[in-house]
Amino acid sequence: MVENKTHAAAAEEFLKDEARTHWHDDTLWHVRTKRDTAAQKLPEWEELRENASQIKDYVLSNLDELLVQFEKNAVANGVEVLWAKDAQEHNDHVYRILQENDVKNLVKSKSILTEECGLNHFLEDKGYDVVDTDLGERIIQFNDQVPSHIVMPAIHLKKKEIGDIFHKHLGTDAGADDPQYLTEAARIHLREKFIKANAAITGVNFGIAETGGFVVCTNEGNADMGTHLADVHIACMGIEKLIPRAADLGVFLRLLARSATGQSITNYTSHFHRPSSGKKLYLILVDNGRTEQLGREDFRNSLKCIRCGACMNTCPIYRRSSGFSYGSTVPGPIGSILSPGMDLKKHSTLPFASTLCGSCTDVCPVKINIHEQLYKWRQVITKEGDAQPAKKWSMKLAGKILGSPAWYNFMGKSARIALKFTPDSLVYAKINAWGKQRNLPEVPKESFKEWYNKNRK
Amino acid sequence: MNVGLFIPCYVDQFYPSAAIASLELLEKYGVDVTYPMDQTCCGQPMANSGYQQFGKDSGELFLKNFGDFEYIVAPSGSCTLHVKEHLLSHDGTGPKIYELCEFLTDVLKVEEIYASFPHRVGFHSSCHGLRGLHLAKPSEIVGVDFNKPVSLLEKINDLELVTLDRKDECCGFGGTFAVFEEAISVQMGKDRLADHLSKGVEVITAADMSCLMHLEGLLKREKSPVKIMHIAEILNGNSIHS
Repeated sequence: MVENKTHAAAAEEFLKDEARTHWHDDTLWHVRTKRDTAAQKLPEWEELRENASQIKDYVLSNLDELLVQFEKNAVANGVEVLWAKDAQEHNDHVYRILQENDVKNLVKSKSILTEECGLNHFLEDKGYDVVDTDLGERIIQFNDQVPSHIVMPAIHLKKKEIGDIFHKHLGTDAGADDPQYLTEAARIHLREKFIKANAAITGVNFGIAETGGFVVCTNEGNADMGTHLADVHIACMGIEKLIPRAADLGVFLRLLARSATGQSITNYTSHFHRPSSGKKLYLILVDNGRTEQLGREDFRNSLKCIRCGACMNTCPIYRRSSGFSYGSTVPGPIGSILSPGMDLKKHSTLPFASTLCGSCTDVCPVKINIHEQLYKWRQVITKEGDAQPAKKWSMKLAGKILGSPAWYNFMGKSARIALKFTPDSLVYAKINAWGKQRNLPEVPKESFKEWYNKNRK
Repeated sequence: MNVGLFIPCYVDQFYPSAAIASLELLEKYGVDVTYPMDQTCCGQPMANSGYQQFGKDSGELFLKNFGDFEYIVAPSGSCTLHVKEHLLSHDGTGPKIYELCEFLTDVLKVEEIYASFPHRVGFHSSCHGLRGLHLAKPSEIVGVDFNKPVSLLEKINDLELVTLDRKDECCGFGGTFAVFEEAISVQMGKDRLADHLSKGVEVITAADMSCLMHLEGLLKREKSPVKIMHIAEILNGNSIHS
């Protein structure tokens, strides 16, 4: 994992392997294309996005009351509801539940929230063997990595590499990379874990205030397998994952899988309301910086995110630098507007890892204005501790020159003359990042302004 | 009709032929165009780098130069968007700014383009014009397809427009991004070029010179014979650059 490195430096590292970069780009572009095909089949797509956006706006504006309503209904259903103000409290809750219920073996389905809270390492330090049961998550767990994508955690790995990982950890044949064969091996391995598990941890895609129930979407059925077999189910949910009514669910379920992978719906959409008889169901509601983000007017609607990952698949920068280059739990465009709110200093280069092309905003199923928020984070970052003084001074100087016609005319002409007569070896010296792999434009004999003066005035 | 021509700073300094073509094109359609001599820049380079405050002077200067026009026209989707979003009022008062192509299609409603261009051409859809000004339907959006710059190119005699694999992916310029994220900017540019080159284009055109400047820099480094031309030059009937 790349940490404390600028995005640019991490991206440059990734880009050294051009063939791999192309493979990564093509793989994710393929997913984006599947999303396009699925979306185009629904003439009401844009209306759905607008509905989803408005529902989430309503949720964010009424989060306090909806959370209280949600808790009340969940408790009435027999769910034990816990609140966690930060990652530490969340992890402590999980640990206490495991202790109280004398849990020895636990399985976990995919939850980006638990990644955010660092739950796996926390529990491993306490001596637990945390078994991720999502295939992609299990692969990266074997490989001692974090997810590089929130929907496809092992998308950075090639089939052959997964074959090698399985050979090492599951004893599959050396060199075997047939997906059917490898999946079968993972299935046998995970069945054993499922059968022995006393507790299952899941994430939550949607909590429904009106019913107190919640919904978990998976493609592999691993959340269901885990929760049905274990006596204890711990569901971890970010407080922004609420929707007001069960009737709203259809809007989001139609958007989620189509945006994520181009499927019309996830293979498993599981509704949880109450514990089965003799079993326990815990729901941990986690803030961890969310109310703070809610209080930032320019950035609050980043909390509308339903974690489909479409902005990653469409982002030309993500596709060519991979998730690890962001050094944040949620990578890509949405990560670049969420992460600075968690740790501005650590993630200060992320809002600049974009051309502001706006594809993320257009692909977002809940219409988060991602690229506009990237622009706004840039303004915040340069004010609150900019680590690049050279950039600051060059921009200040540019501002001065461009703010004055006389300076502009003088500097423009000087620059053109200088460029014309400076030898290439100097023009393309190392300090000129533009010229490393690109030529500068040819210097014209006069500027447009000079031409206009001669020809039109 | 009272039209002020805004020529972005780098176009003025490095691509005067695109500016001349824009002016001549508007004159051909009988527009009374004025070019305010004291203009410089809209302030976007500073603002997009996170230093909106350093663009304040150029923003004020812009309004001083253009505040009294009915229309402002610029041969750049990106600068037009910046002016529209950050400098002009949003309450319907004051001047209205248009990117050149949309001015031709939406205000002048031109039916004919009096030009011939017997070449294979690739059109690069610049992001700010595409997604900010809605010059075309972005590929992410579900709805009726349209493309204003392409609709103009289609009116040109003998011009052969190629179909790209990725019709509106970013070229990787992105202002100071091109320098501060040099490696990825270059890779994005190379990938965009590969799409055009595999279709056998002779010329790559766009409504934004900045994207073309980036692509041209890569083409020239590779000593490629493929040329870049601003869309105004093709619409104005200019011949291919030597």
